[in-house]
Amino acid sequence: MLSSPETVTAEKAGDRPPPSPLRALVARADLRVLSLVVVLAALIVVGAVTEPEQFLEWANIRLILTQGSIIGVVTVGMTLVIIGGGIDLSVGAIVALASVWATTVATQDYGFTGILFTAVIVGVGCGLVNGVLISYGGMVPFIATLAMLASARGLALMISDGKTQIVSVNAVTDLGLPKSYVLGIPPLIIIFAVIAALGWLLLNRTTFGRRTVAVGGNAEAARLAGININRQRLALYLISGLCCGIAAFMLIVLSGSGQNTNGNLYELDAIAAAIIGGTLLSGGRGTIVGSVLGVLVFMTINNIFALNNLETDVQQIAKGAIIVVAVLVQHRTSRNAADA
Amino acid sequence: MATPSTPPLLTMSGITKSFPGVRALDGVDLDVAAGEVHCLLGQNGAGKSTLIKVLAGAHQPDEGEIVWRGERVALKSPVAAMNLGIATIYQELDLVRHLSVAENVFLGHEVATKGFVRRREARQRTAELLKRLGHPEIEPGRIVGSLSAAGQQIVSMARALSHDVKLIVMDEPSAALDPDEVDNLFRIVADLTDQGVAVIYISHRLEEIRRIGDRVTVLKDGRAAASGLPAKDTPTPKVVSLMTGRNVEYAFPEKAPEDVVVRGGEPVLTAEGLALDGEFAPVDFELRPGEIVGLAGLVGSGRSEILETVFGARKPTAGRITVAGKPLRLGSVTAAVAAGLGLAPEERKSQALLMTESVSRNVSISSLSRFSRGSWLDRGGERAATRAAARDLSLRPDNPDALIRTLSGGNQQKAVLARWLLRGCKVLLLDEPTRGVDVGARAELYALIRRLADEGVAVLLVSSEIPEVLGLADRVIVLREGRVVHTAPAHELDEHRVLDLVMEGS
Repeated sequence: MLSSPETVTAEKAGDRPPPSPLRALVARADLRVLSLVVVLAALIVVGAVTEPEQFLEWANIRLILTQGSIIGVVTVGMTLVIIGGGIDLSVGAIVALASVWATTVATQDYGFTGILFTAVIVGVGCGLVNGVLISYGGMVPFIATLAMLASARGLALMISDGKTQIVSVNAVTDLGLPKSYVLGIPPLIIIFAVIAALGWLLLNRTTFGRRTVAVGGNAEAARLAGININRQRLALYLISGLCCGIAAFMLIVLSGSGQNTNGNLYELDAIAAAIIGGTLLSGGRGTIVGSVLGVLVFMTINNIFALNNLETDVQQIAKGAIIVVAVLVQHRTSRNAADA
Repeated sequence: MATPSTPPLLTMSGITKSFPGVRALDGVDLDVAAGEVHCLLGQNGAGKSTLIKVLAGAHQPDEGEIVWRGERVALKSPVAAMNLGIATIYQELDLVRHLSVAENVFLGHEVATKGFVRRREARQRTAELLKRLGHPEIEPGRIVGSLSAAGQQIVSMARALSHDVKLIVMDEPSAALDPDEVDNLFRIVADLTDQGVAVIYISHRLEEIRRIGDRVTVLKDGRAAASGLPAKDTPTPKVVSLMTGRNVEYAFPEKAPEDVVVRGGEPVLTAEGLALDGEFAPVDFELRPGEIVGLAGLVGSGRSEILETVFGARKPTAGRITVAGKPLRLGSVTAAVAAGLGLAPEERKSQALLMTESVSRNVSISSLSRFSRGSWLDRGGERAATRAAARDLSLRPDNPDALIRTLSGGNQQKAVLARWLLRGCKVLLLDEPTRGVDVGARAELYALIRRLADEGVAVLLVSSEIPEVLGLADRVIVLREGRVVHTAPAHELDEHRVLDLVMEGS
């Protein structure tokens, strides 16, 4: 159960008579992922019962997914970093800095491409600084990214002077409007789906992914097996930065502006989503599917609370409780697995 | 010295313990008398660890009863066992590295008044315990992490003695020790037994059991294959056959033919003036395809450091290394691996294995670029290749998807060898290749290492067991305090000669 069964069982099928499709599906899925699916299903039932009029409307589902897509993209990068044995506390600040930098008057002159390009470059640039400090400067990831969190937020405030920078490039803001929907699906959701799929492929189907798991699971063994662990770590922070840049662009599309307060506490939401998705905080284990489900669980909770007009304080308490319960359940399942 | 007629201190009878899918213990009986050294032998997976965990209160048996000093007891927790006077010193020392010696010794039962620790008294009592153990030089205030493995073991023992202990269980206490430290350990064990303390001693080394054991219980497949055998007089073949269930000649494979060793081909690896300040003085050596070269010496002689330097895990202060005629970039593991070197490190679990991963992924990790089709992983090819490599080394179980941590020590080591075999390495560096590997699997590993050499790999071997170096290597380089003191073909040396060389002047 501790290996990622998505890859293992598919190959086993060649040796054995093909199992029934349903059983194969269950066998392929991680028990943790399954338990999250159950939680999500339960939440959907709760939502459908408490607000039968609105909850299952496509408009509402679209809202949940759109809101989740931004933090979702950040979470994909965060998941990879954590599996590789690191942590990135600076994601929220990078989103803020990238959104502000990409919406200055000077950048907006270059139109759609200028905004997208700037957001991505700022994200990758911050990731590069994180990565170099951690890989080659020997800094602890927690400290290096904490420093980045503080500096990037400060720089975002300096650039924007604390003002909301409205986007006047229509090509950008149009992406958030119904006329840009593809088959009724907002482009932001599609971006999230694509990033999640790419993240999954990177983790499960490439040598890069395999090395990431190795470095996170046992860095010394990975080094002595000939893996360049510094390069691997650097690349992971670059990816996280890239995800933040893309998320910043998505946020600009959704809000039509750039603000230095953007992405507040994204780091905690992204870490929490990854952890309830089964990613081990010490590295070496985790799945993109789990993280995506983690994001969806959080977003569904938010939505149910909002629909039922409950205060955000109650919402926060519920989130905290979910994190505790999810991690406790995972401890039980992994302990049972260890005894076997 | 105890005799079997002494009333037993501890009687365990019919102990059965099952885990999902495995019956780890199947009706084991064990009795231990006060003041005796009772040795527990058995291959990995025979049930030794489970048995001592039952005794330590860490596992609850499904069936069976434990009688302690004439009374039936239930060891519900480690604290319960400790309170009865049963202490366990595990193989993986369970000390807190950042705390001082005294703090570790009294961890969990601090010398305190109303929650305030009486530090001076704790230190004083620790000093007394260390003195009793023959190590008054260890400062009670010193941080445990700064002590050597041997020193840490002494601290573990002091911790056990800080309780009113009547039985000490030692799980492979000599595994990390040098010969002189082993002597000290045996002296401590003798002192303890003189005071009436019983010791359950677990070791893979038969000669140790001969030296200090009174009786031996052999476990096999969760049952006692024999109990209470006299430790000194039972013939080795009998002990080995009880452990393995077959008669095994503890034999080394044949050496490389003379022409490989003496005339040889072009050396595949040449080290010239290789030196690391504070670890070893300049050394020169050559490795030829097909030969096994052994590095013999005590811990601190520089043997492991030389290996790690050749592999690039440490950067030498002087010298150069040539692999297949090309200079090797020093201090870079990546460069060493690219040049065709492979290392089976000393600490298998922490330095070689990805414990949460499958056998297949552990084997392929150094050859991933071979399975990448433009950075996509060819998983079918990977699986087929790792399965073939594992089969080639008769790795058991024959299932590449098995989790590596479920394998025995010997099979884990085979997986590490398979990793480098798959990579197609030219030079294999082995650091203590049979540590934690049971007797039956050792012979198999020896044969395997020789076979790899026969296939043209050059092997550089480090082992703290001199018979292993002499039995396996073609040439032996003897080290003392970071200097080469002798180099000779293995057949010109014997154990006494090597011991003389490594200890001379110390």
